[in-house]
Amino acid sequence: MTQPRVVIVGAGPAGIRAAEVLVHAGLGPVVIDEQPRAGGQIYRRPPPGFVRIPRALYGFDASRAQALHALFDGLLPRIDHRPDTLAWNVWAGAVHTLHDGTLRRQPFDALILAPGAMDLVVPFAGWTLPGVYTLGGAQVALKAQGCAVGRRVAFLGTGPLLTLVAHQYRKAGVEVVGLFETSDARRLRRGAWSLAADPVRLGRGIAYRARLAGRVPVRHGITPLAALGRDAVEGLRWRDSAGAEHEVACDAIAFGYGLKPETQLAELAGARFAFEPADGLWLPVADAAGRVAPRVYLAGDGAGILGARAAEHAGRRAALATLADLGLDDGAAVPPSPAAARRFRDGLRTAFPFPGHLAAGLADDVILCRCEAVTVGALRAAARETGAREINRVKALCRVGMGRCQGRVCGVAAAYVLAAACAMPVGAVGRLRAQAPVKPIPIGACRAP
Amino acid sequence: MSALATEVCVIGGGLAGASTALHLARRSVPVVLLEKGLAGAQASGVNFGGVRQNGRHLAEVPLAMRSRREIWDNLPALIGVDGEFTVTGHLRLARTEADARVLETFSAEAAKLGLATDMVRGQALRERWPWLSGVPVAGCFCPNDGHANPRLVAPAFARAARAACAEVREGEEASAIERDGAGFRVATRSGLELKARVLVNAAGAWGAGLAARFGEPVTMHTIAPQMIVTEPAPHRVAPVLGIVGGAIYLRQIARGNVIFGGGDGIADTATTRHHVVPDATIDAAAVAHELIPHLRHLMIIRVWTGIEGETDDLIPVIGASRTTPGLFHAFGFSGHGFQLGPMAGKILAELILDGATPSPIAPFAIGRFAPRS
Repeated sequence: MTQPRVVIVGAGPAGIRAAEVLVHAGLGPVVIDEQPRAGGQIYRRPPPGFVRIPRALYGFDASRAQALHALFDGLLPRIDHRPDTLAWNVWAGAVHTLHDGTLRRQPFDALILAPGAMDLVVPFAGWTLPGVYTLGGAQVALKAQGCAVGRRVAFLGTGPLLTLVAHQYRKAGVEVVGLFETSDARRLRRGAWSLAADPVRLGRGIAYRARLAGRVPVRHGITPLAALGRDAVEGLRWRDSAGAEHEVACDAIAFGYGLKPETQLAELAGARFAFEPADGLWLPVADAAGRVAPRVYLAGDGAGILGARAAEHAGRRAALATLADLGLDDGAAVPPSPAAARRFRDGLRTAFPFPGHLAAGLADDVILCRCEAVTVGALRAAARETGAREINRVKALCRVGMGRCQGRVCGVAAAYVLAAACAMPVGAVGRLRAQAPVKPIPIGACRAP
Repeated sequence: MSALATEVCVIGGGLAGASTALHLARRSVPVVLLEKGLAGAQASGVNFGGVRQNGRHLAEVPLAMRSRREIWDNLPALIGVDGEFTVTGHLRLARTEADARVLETFSAEAAKLGLATDMVRGQALRERWPWLSGVPVAGCFCPNDGHANPRLVAPAFARAARAACAEVREGEEASAIERDGAGFRVATRSGLELKARVLVNAAGAWGAGLAARFGEPVTMHTIAPQMIVTEPAPHRVAPVLGIVGGAIYLRQIARGNVIFGGGDGIADTATTRHHVVPDATIDAAAVAHELIPHLRHLMIIRVWTGIEGETDDLIPVIGASRTTPGLFHAFGFSGHGFQLGPMAGKILAELILDGATPSPIAPFAIGRFAPRS
């Protein structure tokens, strides 16, 4: 009997653990990863030739990162690892990939998607100026190549990444001009009760923040107003919780409001979606093992943000479910769903709520969709003048979310702007549907058969 | 239960239906348009956007010429927006000598109908359009063709109909449509009931099903023409391009994106959610850079498709029912209804109100599908 072909997309914590389980069961999965080296975003490895000690790269998580890297390296002889490879479509039992200018079709009997997450943003005035980065982008620059996004950096937004990246930048010798948090002290305290489900992570967060607070301005309950500057960032204007406006000089801004799952491949593979009010996001509907469609499994932050530890569990669970569904169950017990991770996530939601209301308050001239240069006002006008109430219809009328990123960056904020403009709940305006290619592919790679 | 009485009930809020409603309402006829989803969201709103007379079936040429004059030259006056309509010319290419003869025949026959086109051969093609590869051997150029943005044009027809006092009801799917005395009774899933003297079948991909209810079979299947758009690039490709055999069609819009179509996705008439097929994307893109080599450097950013009805003889059904007085059809545009659909609506309004149209519509009669006895 030929071995079933199992394809894993993504080589972060979830993908690596899924590969491990499959290899132990005697399979040789294909592991497709967009990155040049396995590890995912959190345990991203620098390019060859860049040497920084793991402790400097991964902090408290250094041993975990090293263990996962070593685990993956040990699996390499038994798997078909395809780094630098974009999975741009899932169709008719195959993943379609792009590697080095060549398109390829990889059929599968089962597919484990571990695509991870990306920054969740809300645009603000001036956010398209050179020098404005997402928190994730700022962290990647530091982790991958030891670069900072600026010399004097303002950190803006909410979520655990805000404190972590600011701390990492300060440690790397960058001047952190301030940490500007949209959540307020009351919410942070309330969230701490649930965050105590993972006392180690909570402790680290508090420690990072305390260390920062002693050395740089830390402000809570703020509203971002504008990235200032003509040709590049020269400062940040913000409003404090009492309503007073302030400006701080900086040459870069790193901002973000948490993470959102990369759900496009799951959608193309047949996943259904449901609105999750606690996150204000549409999430793929998966069962406890991550099944989203027949022989398609979703694991890790791509299914909903639970973090790296939970992603390792989810990767194992998805692989065990795959084996069971393929009739290859080796009797291994499916690890229980980590309740603590869920409680911790609830704590994150309480402490660092996604400030969708900021989108509703944006001025008409703020760029909403940066790919297509669609302003907030253009979206509002489309809704007002045509009566459109559904986000895909509004996209058709004003181009929001139609560009290179296909709304991955602005889609959530666009839904909040539309919902506010129509006085509807955000879950009622729908979600931008994904269509392949999920990321751009070159025409030149397309060759007649 | 709400009951509504009207003169004309139009089924379908695409270009043909909305234009029928618009032209009737402009002549003060009470009209209710029922659209099961959103107006202009299916084939009318997601097609390629070609506004061409060139290369059409000869029976369509007189209608397309009238459409070009009466609809497209008057678009802002008619629907309140320009829909990004741009006159760029349409260049239909041939890759073989046999295909070149197809172009020559069309050019000669179209001239008899009053449509002027230029035949361009060999090196002259490259001199006039230097971005073309050596693949095409001939082209037939129609200078007053162009393109427009279907996303904007199609919903605007429905809005204009509403502004002209037609009652446009979106999200109303007809569940029962039947003869009622001298007129028609229509009931929708949401419980709306409607009586009308005249019924217009502009139901697009669903049009054949509706015609069949009145004993008028039409041989039609659904297609899902697939469209591809690239990132913006400097504007070089001015005319809209077509090719004999239809492998692809291509245009570059003013903001730089190249839009091209070719191949079929998969249409789902039940869910109205349609799927793009990767092989069709790849094949169309391969032809695109074979014809225009510089395109190989561009990135494809988005692919989409929509549902459309294609008749066996590839031309639409336009005109009065043969079986049922008061019933009129305009559907089955077979993948090239964007330019023609609004004209078909105007023609139906003429048939309904005047009992005649100046356009030669005999070739589009539904009777051509009737079983021969």
